[in-house]
Amino acid sequence: MLKVEGLKAKISDHEILKGIDLEIKPGEVHAIMGPNGSGKSTFAKALAGDPSVKVTEGKVFFLGKDLLAMEPDARARAGVFMAFQYPVEVPGVNNASFLRLAFNAKRKQNGQEELDPLEFDDILQEKIKIVEAPQDFLDRSVNQGFSGGEKKRNEILQMAVLEPKLALLDETDSGLDVDALRVVSEGVNRLKNKDNSIILVTHYQRILSYIVPDFVHVLSNGRIIKSGGKDLAIEVERRGYDWLVSAGVRA
Amino acid sequence: MSEKTIRIEDLVNRDYQYGFKTDLEPGMTVRGLDENTIRLISNHKKEPPFMLDYRLKAFRQWQKMKEPHWAHVHYPEIDYQNVIYYSEPKVMEKKLKSLDEVDPELKRTFERLGIPLTEQKRLAGVAVDAIFDSVSVATTFKAKLKESGVIFCSFSEAVQEYPELIEKYLSSVVPVADNFYAALNSAVFTDGSFVYIPKNTRCPMELSSYFRINTENSGQFERTLIICEENSHVSYLEGCTAPKFDTNQLHAAVVELVALDNAEIKYSTVQNWYAGDPVTGKGGIYNFVTKRGKCLGRNSKISWTQVETGSAITWKYPSCLLIGDDSVGEFFSVALTAGRQQADTGTKMIHLGKNTRSTIISKGISAGRSNNNYRGLVQISKNAEDSKNFTQCDSLLIGSLANANTFPYMEIQNPSAQVEHEATTSRISDDQLFYFQQRGISREDAMSSIINGFCKAVFRELPGEFAVEASQLLGLKLEGTVG
Repeated sequence: MLKVEGLKAKISDHEILKGIDLEIKPGEVHAIMGPNGSGKSTFAKALAGDPSVKVTEGKVFFLGKDLLAMEPDARARAGVFMAFQYPVEVPGVNNASFLRLAFNAKRKQNGQEELDPLEFDDILQEKIKIVEAPQDFLDRSVNQGFSGGEKKRNEILQMAVLEPKLALLDETDSGLDVDALRVVSEGVNRLKNKDNSIILVTHYQRILSYIVPDFVHVLSNGRIIKSGGKDLAIEVERRGYDWLVSAGVRA
Repeated sequence: MSEKTIRIEDLVNRDYQYGFKTDLEPGMTVRGLDENTIRLISNHKKEPPFMLDYRLKAFRQWQKMKEPHWAHVHYPEIDYQNVIYYSEPKVMEKKLKSLDEVDPELKRTFERLGIPLTEQKRLAGVAVDAIFDSVSVATTFKAKLKESGVIFCSFSEAVQEYPELIEKYLSSVVPVADNFYAALNSAVFTDGSFVYIPKNTRCPMELSSYFRINTENSGQFERTLIICEENSHVSYLEGCTAPKFDTNQLHAAVVELVALDNAEIKYSTVQNWYAGDPVTGKGGIYNFVTKRGKCLGRNSKISWTQVETGSAITWKYPSCLLIGDDSVGEFFSVALTAGRQQADTGTKMIHLGKNTRSTIISKGISAGRSNNNYRGLVQISKNAEDSKNFTQCDSLLIGSLANANTFPYMEIQNPSAQVEHEATTSRISDDQLFYFQQRGISREDAMSSIINGFCKAVFRELPGEFAVEASQLLGLKLEGTVG
C-alpha cells in the first residue's frame, strides 16, 4: 500500500522530518505516536501534500506510484485521505455540495458518470448514519460554526463518502469528549476493511482502545525511535515518552 | 509564498473569450467633439428639434464641468477630442424592415456572443435589443410584446415613434447637469433601449439589451429609459462585451428608471467589457456609467442586480430615489477585479418618502493587482419617517497583491430611521484551497466553489437563465472550468 523511504521534510527553514522509513500493507492500522513537536503531524501532511511542508529527501510509493510527484488533489483521487486536525471553515459552500464535488471528482477520474444532487443524496443518507450526524449537517456551510466534535465527525463523514485506500487521521481524537470519541472511532472502525489502511497520528493512547492498531511507532525529533505492537502504546500511556526519547538519543 | 501567489495569478488571468473584432465596412464615423458633432448626430438620426436643443444644452453644460477625480481609480487623462462619438457599420445605414434583413456578419457576431437575433432560438423567452457601437442592430419580439401594450425598441426608434414619452421622461431621473459623464452622454448619446410597460401589465418576457463596442477608439454612449406604469412589472437584463485593443474605449451610459404606484422594475447587469491586459494594464474599457431609478409611486420597487467582471475601470453607482411612501430600493452587486482592473462601485439609496426600505448587498472580489472599492450612500431625509436600510459589504481577496476598500456614507436626518451596516473582509486562504485539494477537488474548482458560495446571495437575485451564466462567467474569468 505505502512505502516510505528516508523521508526528510522541512517547514519554513526548520527540518522536521529527519529520515522516516515505513511500510504499510493493505488492511493494517498503524499508530504514529510521539510528544509534541516530534513531527508526527508533519509526516501526515507530507504524505497528503500540504504545501507548507517541503519534502527535501526520500521517496514515497503509494500503490507503486511515486506519491511525491503527484499534486495533492491527484493524491486524494488516487485514494489518500487526510482527516485534518483543524478542519478549515468554508463559508458559503454547502456541506452536501462540497461532498458531491469531491465524490464526483473521484468518479470522473475513474471514468464513471458524475452523480446529480438527488442520486448523491441517496448515498449521503447512508453515510451520515455512520457518524450519527443530524440531517442539518448537510445543509450547513462546510465546517462553519461547527463545534470541535462536529468538525471531526464531518471529517469522518467525508472519509465515509470517499472510501479512501489510505486514511491519515491527524490527531482526530484531540478535543473530543468521550461520546464524540466513541462515535468517531466507531465510524472509522466501520470503514475499516482488509483492503484499506489507516495511519493514526495521536498523542494519547486513548483513541487506540477504540481503534486497535496493528503497529505502533513512536516518533521523536523527526525519526521513528521505536516500533512495536499495540502494547507499546499502553506502555507509553503508563510511562510517558521520556524513557523512550532518552533511549532513542542513546541509540 | 511568492510561488503560490504566481499560481493564483495564473488562475485569474484566463484569456478573454469575447476579444474578437468584427470587420465591417465603416459607415458614418464622427471623431472629436464640438457643437457640430452634436448637430451631425442629431441630424443623422433625423431627431425632432427638442432633442437637438436638449443635446446642445447638455453640451454647453458639460463644457463648464470638470472630470471628477474623487473615485479611488487612476488613469491617464482622456483626450475627449480623440474619441469616436459616432460609429455605424455601413450595412446599418439603411433602415431594416425585419430581422431577416440584419447583415449576416452582424448576426454571426451576436451569435458568437451567445445572443441569437432570431425569435426561435435558445433565448426564446427573452426579447433582445442588440446594440453594436452606436446603433441598435435589431430588437426581437417587438410585435409580440406590443400585443400586451409593452413597448420595447431602440432609443432612436422611440424618439421617432413616442416623442411625447421621451420628452416627458428623458433626464427626469438623471438631470443633464448631474455629473460630468451624464452631461457628456446627454450631449452625444447615440442609441440604447426604451421600455414602456403600461398600467396593470406584467411584462410577459424578460427584456434584454446587449451592448457591443467594436471599433477601436470609439466611445459608446447609450441611453436606456424604462418606464413602468401603475401596478406593472418588468425584468430587464443587459450584457456587454468588447474586442481586445491596446487603447482604451470609453463607455459612458445613462440609465433612467421610473416606477409608478405599485410598479416593480428589476434591472440586472452582467458586465464583461474587455478588462485590459492583465499584466501591463494596457487597453480595456473605461466604464463610467450613471444609473438611477426613481420610485416615484407609492409602494413601488426598484431592484438593481449587477455582476461586474470586466472593464479596465468601473465607476458606477446604480441608485434609487425612494420618493413614494412605502417604496423599496435594492442593490445586489458582485464586482470582480483581476489583473490591473480598478473598480469604484456601489449605490446610493436616497430615502425621501415615509416607510421606505432599502437593502444593499455588495460582494467585492479582488485578485491579481487589482483595486476594488465599494462606495455607498444611505441618506434618510427629514420626512422619511420609519425608513429602514440594511447594508452588507463583503470583500474577498485572492492572493496578496489585491486591494479592497469600503467607503460607506450615511446621512440620517430622521430619528425614526433604522440603519444597519455589516462588513467583512476575507481571503481565500491556502488552507482552504489545500482542504479542497485533499478531497480530490482541483485548485480551480475549489476557487470557483468558494467564490460561488461567496456570491450566492447576489446570484439568486438574477433571472433564472442568467444566474447560471453569471456564475460561469466568474468561473471563466477566474478559472477556466466550472461544472
